[in-house]
Amino acid sequence: MRRTPIEPILWSLFSAGGMLSALFIPVLLFILVLAPALGWLPAPGYAQLTSLLSHPLARLFLIALCALALVHAAHRFRYTLYDGLQIKHLNELVNILCYGGALAGSVWAIFLLFTRVAEPRL
Amino acid sequence: MPELVNLEVFRYSPEHTPEPRFQKFQVPYNKEWVVLDALNYIKDRTDGSLSFRWSCRMGICGSCGVLINGEPKLSCATFLPSKSSKPIRIEPLRHFPVIRDLIVHIGDFMTKLKKVKPWIIRTNESPLSEGEFLQTPDEMERYHQFSHCINCMLCYAACPIYGLDPLFAGPAAIALAQRYNNDSRDQGAARRMPILSSHDGIWACTFVGECTQVCPKHVDPAAAIQQYKLTAALHSLKSVIAPRGAA
Repeated sequence: MRRTPIEPILWSLFSAGGMLSALFIPVLLFILVLAPALGWLPAPGYAQLTSLLSHPLARLFLIALCALALVHAAHRFRYTLYDGLQIKHLNELVNILCYGGALAGSVWAIFLLFTRVAEPRL
Repeated sequence: MPELVNLEVFRYSPEHTPEPRFQKFQVPYNKEWVVLDALNYIKDRTDGSLSFRWSCRMGICGSCGVLINGEPKLSCATFLPSKSSKPIRIEPLRHFPVIRDLIVHIGDFMTKLKKVKPWIIRTNESPLSEGEFLQTPDEMERYHQFSHCINCMLCYAACPIYGLDPLFAGPAAIALAQRYNNDSRDQGAARRMPILSSHDGIWACTFVGECTQVCPKHVDPAAAIQQYKLTAALHSLKSVIAPRGAA
């Protein structure tokens, strides 16, 4: 049986991460940071954000956004290291650092969203 | 006294001197002249030993590609700059072994080009009596841009990935494969896939985009590669979800 190559899977995640980040991160930054700072929108309070995140879909969306954005960054950084520093011979180490970092960041996002946010500190 | 243009031309004649060098030449400035005219002036009047490839002089044959001040360009389509204080530096195409002066060995490209089967493949031929294959303007539009490639290899000289990884199939070969994959008359996409969707095919490309920047025929090889990445990724996904259906 022919082994399924890993490149299409990595590229699909990389590409999904790039598209989601480009679409949603500017919107989130605008709504949560820029517009309140300029007085265009009321600043969301802690309670408001916690209640928003109490919905499982909101958490799943944020986890997907964080994880895919991190995979996107890891994939791009991996090739930057390969080609920029010419260290393709350190293939395994670079892969572990880049994709391992993305995985650790994703696990951390899951941990934060499912444990910390679930306990309102009002 | 006529205005003169200074040129620094890469010279390499392994049978005489093992080390390459740059030789300075002066040619009269003529606003109708392209760099190829200057090279021919040198060959005819100054140094007959200067070697370079050229044929059509009109950007069709793709044989006169060189580096002009470090940029991959067709020497027949690059005009001499007027009142140039700096000499114009002319070198052979980057990333290819040099045979002599501005002539590079193109064997690697030719091998890769043949591997992607850049011709119409039919699995079931129709009899001549059925007439020609008709194609709508929309169907032609899908591949037309990629069919402008003249195999000049400027994209290979511009591609940093090809420079780092000589096994990479390269921009023009992939764009030409996609030219036939996108052709409604072709039935060979599945036969091209193992070559294109391999480690040294599209997946080696990191989308630097220089290939598209330097193409003298405005082909967009970077787009061909990204298009095919999506095709190959979807195919791979299908083969995971429904292994029999995608085979």
